[in-house]
Amino acid sequence: MKKAGLLLKRTVPAVAGAAAAALLLAGCGGASVNQVAAATGAAEAPCGSVNVAMNAWVGYTANAAVYSYVAENKLGCTVVQKDLNEQIAWQGFASGEVDVVIENWGHEDLVKQYITEQKVAVDAGPTGNEGHIGWYVPTWMAEKYPDITDSKNLNKYASMFATSESGGKGQLLDGDPAFVTNDEALVKNLDLDYKVVFSGSEAALIQSFRTAEQNKTPLLGYFYEPQWFLSEVPLKKVNLPAWTEGCDADPEKVACDYPAYTLNKIISKKFEDGGSPAAKLAKAFTWTNEDQNAVATDIQGGMAPEAAAKKWVDANQQVVDSWLD
Amino acid sequence: MSTLVRDRATAQPTPVPVREPRRRPSRRTILLGAAVVVWILGFLVLHGTATLALPASELTDLHRSLNQFNTWVAANRADNPVFLYIFTPLRAAVDAVANLFITIFAATPTGLRLPEIGWLGTVGLLGWIAFAIGNARVALLTAAVFTFFGLQGLFVEATYTFALVLTAVLLTLLVGIPLGVLAGVYGRAAKLITPVLDFMQTLPTFVYLAPLALVFLIGPASAVIATVIYAAPPVIRLTAHGIRCIPENTREASDSLGTTGLQRLVTLQLPMARRTIVMGINQSTMAALSMVTIAALIAAPGLGQVVVRALQSLDVGTAVNAGLAIVLLAIVLDRVTTAASRRAEPGAARNRRVSRRTRYILLGVTLVLALAMVQFSRTMLWAAVFPQDLNIGTAIVQAVGSASQWMQTNLSLFTVSFREAVTTGILNPFQSLLTDTPFYILVAVIAVAAYALGGWKLAALTTACLGVIIYLGLWSDSMVTLAGTLVATAVVMVLGVVFGVAMGRSERMDQILRPLLDAGQTMPAFVYLVPFLGLFGATRFTAIVAGIIYAAPVAIKITADGIAAISPTVVEAAVASGSTPWQVITKVQLPMARPSLALAANQGLIYVLAMVVVGALVGAGGLGYDVVAGFVQSSLFGKGLAAGIAIVFLGILLDRMTQAAAATPVRKIPSSNSPST
Repeated sequence: MKKAGLLLKRTVPAVAGAAAAALLLAGCGGASVNQVAAATGAAEAPCGSVNVAMNAWVGYTANAAVYSYVAENKLGCTVVQKDLNEQIAWQGFASGEVDVVIENWGHEDLVKQYITEQKVAVDAGPTGNEGHIGWYVPTWMAEKYPDITDSKNLNKYASMFATSESGGKGQLLDGDPAFVTNDEALVKNLDLDYKVVFSGSEAALIQSFRTAEQNKTPLLGYFYEPQWFLSEVPLKKVNLPAWTEGCDADPEKVACDYPAYTLNKIISKKFEDGGSPAAKLAKAFTWTNEDQNAVATDIQGGMAPEAAAKKWVDANQQVVDSWLD
Repeated sequence: MSTLVRDRATAQPTPVPVREPRRRPSRRTILLGAAVVVWILGFLVLHGTATLALPASELTDLHRSLNQFNTWVAANRADNPVFLYIFTPLRAAVDAVANLFITIFAATPTGLRLPEIGWLGTVGLLGWIAFAIGNARVALLTAAVFTFFGLQGLFVEATYTFALVLTAVLLTLLVGIPLGVLAGVYGRAAKLITPVLDFMQTLPTFVYLAPLALVFLIGPASAVIATVIYAAPPVIRLTAHGIRCIPENTREASDSLGTTGLQRLVTLQLPMARRTIVMGINQSTMAALSMVTIAALIAAPGLGQVVVRALQSLDVGTAVNAGLAIVLLAIVLDRVTTAASRRAEPGAARNRRVSRRTRYILLGVTLVLALAMVQFSRTMLWAAVFPQDLNIGTAIVQAVGSASQWMQTNLSLFTVSFREAVTTGILNPFQSLLTDTPFYILVAVIAVAAYALGGWKLAALTTACLGVIIYLGLWSDSMVTLAGTLVATAVVMVLGVVFGVAMGRSERMDQILRPLLDAGQTMPAFVYLVPFLGLFGATRFTAIVAGIIYAAPVAIKITADGIAAISPTVVEAAVASGSTPWQVITKVQLPMARPSLALAANQGLIYVLAMVVVGALVGAGGLGYDVVAGFVQSSLFGKGLAAGIAIVFLGILLDRMTQAAAATPVRKIPSSNSPST
């Protein structure tokens, strides 16, 4: 017992000595390789590091990959990508953990909280993509049951969509619980005999639609555009009661379709005020749905996001140059 | 966790009341039978009425007022004194410590973002520390595992995780050891602290992740604070336990020499409890590692992020590669702290093979070597960043990915039909039995069952728990969760009995199975969710499988220990009197291990319940889904919070009822599994 104590007493100074020696060695050895390399990098552009939130759908990854590629290779920034849910990512504007959300879908409540009230984030303008959220069925179903694309007729087909998870009702397959969705409220307020079942992710949603189209099995699910998958397997949108201004103000009472989202970028106030060239790039970044789908398809096909971004940037030099002016 | 097990094991009273003759069914059996009859009748007659179902998007007024917390925090962050003087400085302090370790081991915010100590230095330094506090074997293990992280292409992620675990463990000890000492020395403090610890351990981690992220903002600080909350109970409990277990006469001897309280603590109690305290550090470290992984959801960097990303893209290969790294890190942390606790054992110094002087020389020489490696890693790029061309991670990812792809295409017919059979055959009927019966009938049935098992006190407690759940507005969701939990626990108990008996009866089986069980327990649940998600899709079934994997090792171990503890003479007597092995198992070993079986059922339930929220990530509905949805959608924040509290009350109810069932003897073993089936 005493010896163990003694040992401890001797180890502590030993460790302290080691730490001191390490620092001394470091001092003798001059600047570390980290700083030396940094010095050469810093000579080109004063950028520093950029924290990009990574939301969990491939379209987002495509935007983020191209933004990161340009920021790193044309501006010399260090990009740190962080996998975060949409809501959590917005919280990061307040803490300084997140500088850029490169594709934002609406989120009026968060805009109010973080842009209007707390003033920690700013709208950096549209991405050039227009987003649509809705309910979709595989094409074969729309051909076989032409009236299925009207939500009024959905109850007629409810039994067809029943699964072991939907409790005797029809199944409406949703994605990640974090995605923008009114589906639970819609089912209730439109008196539909359906139950929302969460598949958990975009990948699971895509897999389900792919199987449904291949095996000609019924499936009703939440989906969105722009989406690379729609060029592989086209889906038919189900028409919900048309969206009107303010019809989705109360999330519990929604009974209308999703609005068309002008997708935009959000950057943190501090990042904007800091005058980083990467903040200017975030504001200037715009492209088309085709551009996004091209990059997303490459990523989905197994290409690394950086490689897919490089491919697109090399092919679209003029667009990139216009961002950097 | 093991403290929980032990505390409960010793706390089981075994009163043997005078009972009626065996032929007539006891009052208890009649009551339980009546309860089941009322339940079934109520289900059949009043089917679907008063089910208190609340659609997933709807809130009660209580949930809305809890939502206010969200806006309150936002409005008060800048000027409220609580934030100004407590939360913000706390966050800054924790962030400073975390960033210190992150810059040393993982990455600096400037330049090439290389850490202060590159990979070679980290391997050398950590290896040396393992040698200094443990032995040469764990030192080699540490160095090998950290090099392997580099080969996996995950060195930076692994060091991020390591840095966060280190921060969390340091803070845990800073808080935990004084509290443990307090609880060990003063009985009153222990009475105050124990219920809080119970609450901390049953509260699902997700529940406090969301409010913590609101208050402390996302990032390393909230991750570390959440981890400390999760990891502190074991070290507090074990420290208190170690101090309390010092023999009375030793204490008296010291008192008779006239020591003061503080002297006694420093010279007697702390040294004598050292081994138990180091065991507590070991347990807290393991808990910290599993929590740091989950904290990836609030932007904690490291291996957890890789797993979360894999979960979202259903990428089994990447998940397995990162999962392997997590398991290896767990093994290193476990072995090093265990070796340190051996070293702390009384008399350990005397039994060493090398003399103290040789050891010091060795330590000195290796330290110089380690420092040289550190210096290299600071000045040479090859020693700072792990060489890319030595990467075997991609190969692992691709191999596992294609294997899982093969399994998904070839086994999906089998897995899907198995899932459908279990879901429609067992889970759905049982769930509707719980969700479609009017709530007042179920409350009455559970109260009667509780009265039969544990008297008025238990009946009042269970009714109160159910009352809270109804008040929270989550009755229907709680019943969905209860259905899944009970089904999973039933399977866990079957596995527990089958494998527990096999292990208890055969030494060799024990040796083969135990490491597997250990691995199952150390692997964070997040990791094995991904392959099951690939095989079974996001369904309640997958969530149940995840719960079973998490809970089965505990149940199996407890059962095996119970069977192995039966005196061999009893078994030999049974064999000598001509019993077949089957008879020995059913007539002697299982009945005699009944307390262990009851404990296994109790722990199995608690463990399954602990997985409810993680299960919601792969398709479980009920309370778990509410918690997850509240975490990611701010309009559901209050409901998620309420669901988390409901899980705690469900846990208290199940725990007390199984404990009561275990305390009073019954004739048949299976009936003690779950009181409401």
